[in-house]
Amino acid sequence: MQEAYIFDAVRTPRGKGKKDGALVEVAPTEMSVQVLAGLRDRNTLDTALVDDIVFGIVEPIGEQGGNVARTAAIQAGYDERVGGMQVNRFCSSGLEACNIAAARVMSGASDFVIGGGVECMSRVTIGDSGMPLAADPLLSIPNYFVPQGIAADLVATKYGYSRTDLDAYAVESQKRAKQSWDEGRFDKSILPVTDDNGLIMLDHDEYMRPQTDMQSLGSLAPSFQMMGEFAGFDDVARQRYPEIEKLEYYHHAGNSSGIVDGAAAVLIGSADGGKKAGLKPRARIKAFASIGSEPTIMLTGPAEATKRLFERTGMTASDIDLWELNEAFAAVVLRYMDQLNIGHDDINVNGGAIAMGHPLGATGAMILGTALDELERSDKETALVTLCIGSGMGIATVIERV
Amino acid sequence: MTSLLTSSIDQDGIATITWDMAGHPMNVLSEAALEAFGEHWSKHAENDAVKGIVVTSARKEFIVGADINMLWKMRSYDAATVFSENQRLSQFFREVETHPKPTVAAINGDALGGGFELALACRYRVMAEGAKLGLPEVMLGLLPGAGGTQRLPRLIGASEALQYLTTGKNMRADKALTFGVVHEIAEDVISAAKTAILEGKVPSKAPWDEANFTLPKEQPQSPEWTQTFAGAGAMLRRQTQGNYPSPQRIMACVYHGLQLSMDKALSFEGRQFTALFMGSEARNLIRTGWFGRNAANRLEKRPQGVPPTTFTKVGVIGAGVMGAGIASCTAQGGCDVVLLDISEEAAERGRKHVEDYFGRQVKKGRITTEKAAQITNRVTATTDYKALEGAQLTIEAVFEDRGIKAKVTAATEAVTDDAHIFGTNTSTLPITGLADAADRPESFIGIHFFSPVEKMPLVEIIRGEQTSDAAAAVAMDYVKLISKTPIVVNDSRGFYTSRVFGTYTREAFCMLSEGISPAVVENVGKATGMPMGPLELIDMVGIDTGHKITHETIKEVGWETMLERGEPAKALEVIDWIVEEAKRPGQKAGKGFYDYDDKNKPTRIWPEVYAKFPSNGAPVDVDDLKKRFLHIQAIETLRCMEEGVVTAADDADVGSIFGWGFAPFLGGVISYVETVGLPQFLADCDALAANHGKRFAAPQLLRDMVAKGQSFYPNETAVAAE
Repeated sequence: MQEAYIFDAVRTPRGKGKKDGALVEVAPTEMSVQVLAGLRDRNTLDTALVDDIVFGIVEPIGEQGGNVARTAAIQAGYDERVGGMQVNRFCSSGLEACNIAAARVMSGASDFVIGGGVECMSRVTIGDSGMPLAADPLLSIPNYFVPQGIAADLVATKYGYSRTDLDAYAVESQKRAKQSWDEGRFDKSILPVTDDNGLIMLDHDEYMRPQTDMQSLGSLAPSFQMMGEFAGFDDVARQRYPEIEKLEYYHHAGNSSGIVDGAAAVLIGSADGGKKAGLKPRARIKAFASIGSEPTIMLTGPAEATKRLFERTGMTASDIDLWELNEAFAAVVLRYMDQLNIGHDDINVNGGAIAMGHPLGATGAMILGTALDELERSDKETALVTLCIGSGMGIATVIERV
Repeated sequence: MTSLLTSSIDQDGIATITWDMAGHPMNVLSEAALEAFGEHWSKHAENDAVKGIVVTSARKEFIVGADINMLWKMRSYDAATVFSENQRLSQFFREVETHPKPTVAAINGDALGGGFELALACRYRVMAEGAKLGLPEVMLGLLPGAGGTQRLPRLIGASEALQYLTTGKNMRADKALTFGVVHEIAEDVISAAKTAILEGKVPSKAPWDEANFTLPKEQPQSPEWTQTFAGAGAMLRRQTQGNYPSPQRIMACVYHGLQLSMDKALSFEGRQFTALFMGSEARNLIRTGWFGRNAANRLEKRPQGVPPTTFTKVGVIGAGVMGAGIASCTAQGGCDVVLLDISEEAAERGRKHVEDYFGRQVKKGRITTEKAAQITNRVTATTDYKALEGAQLTIEAVFEDRGIKAKVTAATEAVTDDAHIFGTNTSTLPITGLADAADRPESFIGIHFFSPVEKMPLVEIIRGEQTSDAAAAVAMDYVKLISKTPIVVNDSRGFYTSRVFGTYTREAFCMLSEGISPAVVENVGKATGMPMGPLELIDMVGIDTGHKITHETIKEVGWETMLERGEPAKALEVIDWIVEEAKRPGQKAGKGFYDYDDKNKPTRIWPEVYAKFPSNGAPVDVDDLKKRFLHIQAIETLRCMEEGVVTAADDADVGSIFGWGFAPFLGGVISYVETVGLPQFLADCDALAANHGKRFAAPQLLRDMVAKGQSFYPNETAVAAE
């Protein structure tokens, strides 16, 4: 088996996923074209060396359907032999795409495969591609389906995190994101999005609210209370978890991930491939794992995936210098920290999706790049990147600098 | 052969098929009637001289649904046969719908279930103002299997249709017209139907057979669609705890069927119908909810040879909430009531309670002001026993005290004749003992109401050792008079219902003391299909009452004897703690296992309950806890049967569902044992007894039946053949 390396990683800044967001004019295909072109151009990469492109997309329908990866490869002027595919493992799709790319390299089937992802949440809304587990009565009722927000509040209720705990975490995320931008920590990976004239449309993460404090968060109403109390999902959660007397509604727009637009691409290849392309690897993809977890509470998969990865590799938490867990909801991170016994100083050190947003299909690839940049900046060796996933799944990838 | 329906052709060339099923109380879709209808319809459809066909009824109702006896007979069919029988009917209705010759439904009266489905298969529907439409199949654990789950949502949209399909609620004519479920409302539905045919108002195709048909509301797989179904699924789980497959499969029919052609949709619906039909829930609901309850309501077990009672006057002694409720029901049954208490004020308060109750019914639009006045006027408040003279029956609902009850009994007997029956509404004191105070113990009987009396459907009649058949017959006639459901049981401490119901809360106390979280106890109690968690329930009933009864029982039976019989000591500790130490008697005091808000609604479980019974830390085994809650009730019922307190399985089943709200989908306590299977149930008892104590020990009756391979319902096929 050959090693898989990360040679480079790029991402767009994240635009607000609303009708007035800075990137709303940019189609998912165009957003993908820009990261693919950017990755090629800054590495003067001969795209004939690339076998394939794997993109994560969570709502693969309409203009995010029809195989965005292949479409973008054509439009970006990649060698015509570079194919493309898109994958969906919900929120982890971008990281899953990178893992698949790495696996292709490891197996010896390819020298280079690009992993990445895109999501224009302003243009293709969450849920647009359908969700049988939520809607089909033969699936939803027997399997205790609840929406993610309810699952997040269930994590908080079951494991005893207070609204204050969650808000304090969120304030820190904003603070860290601001500091990282101020210090230019993301500069290495950011590709500003431009129009056909080369004019910059967005060069920073638009969603951030650096002024956020406990007081401003305190005024926000819970987001999922109606869903729980009015639609009946609180009872579904309670029927699955009878130890819950009453579901607490602690998550809101300020301590949950933001809805944004964005794309990312990661160039993954073998040592031989690097030689052919004249590129130096930045990190080795050491191991990865995906796993299913209990689907109603849904968001506790990161610890399960981490455990599986550790079991397979013989690694332990003490081998990890830097942790990156997607901030889908504050309670998810707090729970993971408790389970893995990680201090806040070692996880999401540059903030996360609560501050900067979570462009579903792209996020996994984005935070892989963020973790790599941070390893280099802080001169650390090993990072573990993980995300919680809808329908009860988890994913984890370990990279180490070379 | 008796005539089930007739048909004729008028001078305009319109054939009318008229349902009028001789020998049946109502028009129903029986095998024979469907066959006859098919013959009539085909004959006219194939007759070139006929321009169109009108389907109507000569009865007050149109057609009220499938013949349940026919369905019951199909229980022995295998899935393939049920499915093909279902498809035969669906395809016939489809033939009616797609035939070039128009068929019009003239809905003169209620069209329910299959009757409504037949109307929906007609391409034009005229409805009488006072008629109702409805698809109540869900109540029997089934679904409308002749196109009802497909045609209704195609007419009114998925979310609207689900409201009717999953609840079985009726649709009135004005609503049906607004929805477009019917095309016209008419006084003379038959002539309006004929006019529609003659004037060419009947479309040549059903809307869904038009090439450009789209659904009226949510489009399949749209965001609205996902939202509708996700929300409906959660709401259904909230309401049913996932225990009822029938509304689930109805939702599935709408979800999947609307994405298919009508022919494939009917096939999908048939498969779902078959799955329900083959399952235990429909069988249980039909057995107890339909046959069992109807038999009880018809007084099938009434002692023979006793002439029917004509009630002109009924006495009620004790004008508290219970007594006043009994007075309300009796007056509503059309009988004069003497409401007697020791003071004028108390008696008048009771009468006022009746007046207020019917006042509220008027406000809710359930009865007219005149009717309310008429009923209320039947109640006379008094302190004078002489007023009871000439009553056929007197029921006492005074304080649970032997001395007071004895005085009341004597005073009543003094003014009434030998034919008079004395009923006691005690919920705990054995009848035979109370009858000691009577000169005519043969005319003394227990008539046990449930609270709130006006709402609760069951009355438990308890025969003391000396109670005569005649007294039992009068008590049963009385329950029929007030439109409730009677079961007759023999005397025992707690009779049947209170005795078995008590095991539910007692088991909850055991769980608490074992360190099972109060939240788990409550949630799992509800998951078994009980209307409330056990702690909320005993709060409502009154923990102090339970405590008092327990200690009286200990005094009379003896604690050692009770322990010998399997009484768990740890349950006593819990009730003693909450009542004696914590001094929280229940909801009426605003504090019990729960805390209550200023409207006396439960808010949260009192935190001290968690502190008092700290978690044992073991993982929650929901299935084991559910089994404990359900099995303990069934085991106590089996003991009641063994002791002769309850003499028939259907009495036990009906009593459990309508008395204390045992889960209807299980068909009652004994049907639950049948559903589990007797040998498995016995094995469960042995395991539970080994793990949790001898209160779970299997009664000998069960062991004997298992050994002989017997069932509690050996004659079900005989019922079906009726």
